[in-house]
Amino acid sequence: MQPHTLFWMLLGLAAYGYYLGRKRALTVSGGEIRRLHSLPDYYGYYVALWCALPALAILSLWLLLDDKIILRWVLAELPPAYRNLPPDRLSLTVNVIANLLAGERQANTVDPALAEAAEHYRHLKQLGYHALTVLVFACATAALTWAHRRISPTLRARNRVETVVRIALVASSVLAILTTIGIVLSVLFEALRFFEMVSPLEFFFGLHWSPQIAIRADQVGASGSFGFIPLLTGTLLITAIAMAVAAPLGLLSAIYLSEFAKRRTRAIVKPILEVLAGVPTVVYGFFAALVVAPWLRDLGARLGLSISSESALAAGLVMGIMIIPFVSSLTDDALTAVPRSLREGAYGLGATQAETITGVLLPAALPGIVSGLLLAVSRAIGETMIVVMAAGMAAKLTLNPLESVTTITVQIVALLVGDQEFDSPKTLAAFALGLTLFVVTLALNLVALHVIRKYREQYE
Amino acid sequence: MNTVITERHTTPDLETDDHRTVGDYTLAEPRFTCRHVNVFYGDKQALFDINLDIGQREVIALIGPSGCGKSTFLRCLNRMNDIIEGCRVEGDIRLDDQDIYAKEMDPVLLRARVGMVFQKPNPFPKSIYDNVAYGPRIHGLAANRTELDEIVETSLKRAGLWKEVKDRLDHPATGLSGGQQQRLCIARTIAVNPEVVLMDEPCSALDPIATATIEQLIDELRSRYTIVIVTHSMQQAARVSQRTAYFHMGRLIEVGETTEIFTNPRHPLTEDYITGRFG
Repeated sequence: MQPHTLFWMLLGLAAYGYYLGRKRALTVSGGEIRRLHSLPDYYGYYVALWCALPALAILSLWLLLDDKIILRWVLAELPPAYRNLPPDRLSLTVNVIANLLAGERQANTVDPALAEAAEHYRHLKQLGYHALTVLVFACATAALTWAHRRISPTLRARNRVETVVRIALVASSVLAILTTIGIVLSVLFEALRFFEMVSPLEFFFGLHWSPQIAIRADQVGASGSFGFIPLLTGTLLITAIAMAVAAPLGLLSAIYLSEFAKRRTRAIVKPILEVLAGVPTVVYGFFAALVVAPWLRDLGARLGLSISSESALAAGLVMGIMIIPFVSSLTDDALTAVPRSLREGAYGLGATQAETITGVLLPAALPGIVSGLLLAVSRAIGETMIVVMAAGMAAKLTLNPLESVTTITVQIVALLVGDQEFDSPKTLAAFALGLTLFVVTLALNLVALHVIRKYREQYE
Repeated sequence: MNTVITERHTTPDLETDDHRTVGDYTLAEPRFTCRHVNVFYGDKQALFDINLDIGQREVIALIGPSGCGKSTFLRCLNRMNDIIEGCRVEGDIRLDDQDIYAKEMDPVLLRARVGMVFQKPNPFPKSIYDNVAYGPRIHGLAANRTELDEIVETSLKRAGLWKEVKDRLDHPATGLSGGQQQRLCIARTIAVNPEVVLMDEPCSALDPIATATIEQLIDELRSRYTIVIVTHSMQQAARVSQRTAYFHMGRLIEVGETTEIFTNPRHPLTEDYITGRFG
């Protein structure tokens, strides 16, 4: 039987176990559910879990290991000429066998010994499936019977089921954490490989970014340079422009929404504002590249300024619009969460609405506002699409918003697009950039957390 | 239990009776005069035809069961109801013969003259000093830092808090105990030098010792300010006030000298409430 059929059969058996367990619980209770320790459903789940979990464990363990074990047996049976090959040649042989099994090569085109090995492999695999089917069903049935017979009014079925559920919850969160750690570690190790080839000193303090690697020594522009300062200034420049747009607009609209707007206006305006965050960034990107950038260039021409058609200003402005909701929504929530008693306290002293907002509400809402702003900053730093389309790819070291600049994320994309060799510094530089980006956003998040913790309890 | 109910007076039906307030609600030299005050929250009427004078330098207690409208009435006196959406006030309320609901009256200036202390202590998330200095600052009462320091010190002294906090004026006000916070809120209110102080159940969130301190403070403040206090505790009303007004279902049922109300209530509803039959 194929493993996936087996899986579905097993689930079916577990469902039957649920039915049996529930029925038996009702029987042993003698019609009085109150005599049972747990509700009848829990006895059902108890039997179903016992039936399914051990069998599923065997099934997944088998599927993880069977290829390796069978392959070892098959290789051991090969003629000595193959067995004594060096490891890399041996893996070629294994590939041939795999191709035979997948039907991509015909048996008559290869060494008969290999064809025989493939046949042997297929045979063992089939045998394994038969054994697995028997094993899994034996285990499931035995566990089901055992659990079913243990059911009595005093069995603490609910506690057992809840333990399993709790373990499943812990396992889920551990999985999420492990994934994060895995990503960080893989980026870290690739970045370390990069720093073996390019000195960290050059990377962190170099003023020139031009990640070329020569194929031949006499090529033009053969020397690549990996100074990431121009990328950092580009990122900071665009982020600063974006925040210069988003911070005032977001704060002011949040103040309007929470303090001045009627409840109905607010119910309409707030969702519309939040839609801004839902627009795909690529749409913002071509809006920036095709509408805002040309408009800025024409405006510049009329004013006698030369603004390049790909400028940090265009990208920053549009990105600022995009992140308004992060600022406005969180600020609005923070202002609304300020207790009414503080508002009344200020009004009761004869404060005007303006004095109440600036003197009492904004300070009290500060943690929420700061976290909103920092969230917007991390979003701006991590944004790629708008910058690719509107700010260009040229890594210039400049603070002039009218010129084209590039950012860390854009360069990561540029480095990894197309065919890559995974041992050249050019490719590995992407990991170093990614790590830097990760550290910067992490630091921002930590600052945000700190600010929130420090000021959170003030009005409680 | 049953015997009590059979012995009970027939309760007047407030919905239909053309009721009049028992007792004399007028005063010779009033600070506030309220005539025919009706308050609506949306379609719902919360106060019905309230007539009441509030005198100079007296403590008047507003008592009554929950939802009787005593807090609503209190909040009419400094136009705090203005900030509630859908609230409408009708009638004539005068402070020193000035109509406080007139177009020319600025609620901001009114609230500087009629301060308010709330049920739950609500210090701003600032330092103790800044809490007290907040009002004087926004109203420009101090020309320089020395004057401001003086106002803060006097207010804290009058609120009986100076000794406890004088060494930590720059500490956050939220670190004080509940009773201290409430006295800070009183200090904050009197720092603006109001004529009237409204208190909306100022002790309901406090323990008995803090309550006693505040009650003593109210008695001392009476020499300078008119105090209108809403309270759920009849003992408190009896202890701190000179006059008492009893509210029931949005009507002012009875008003009079506190000793009179508590020893010899004239209206059956007042008697029921004071003897603890309900409320």
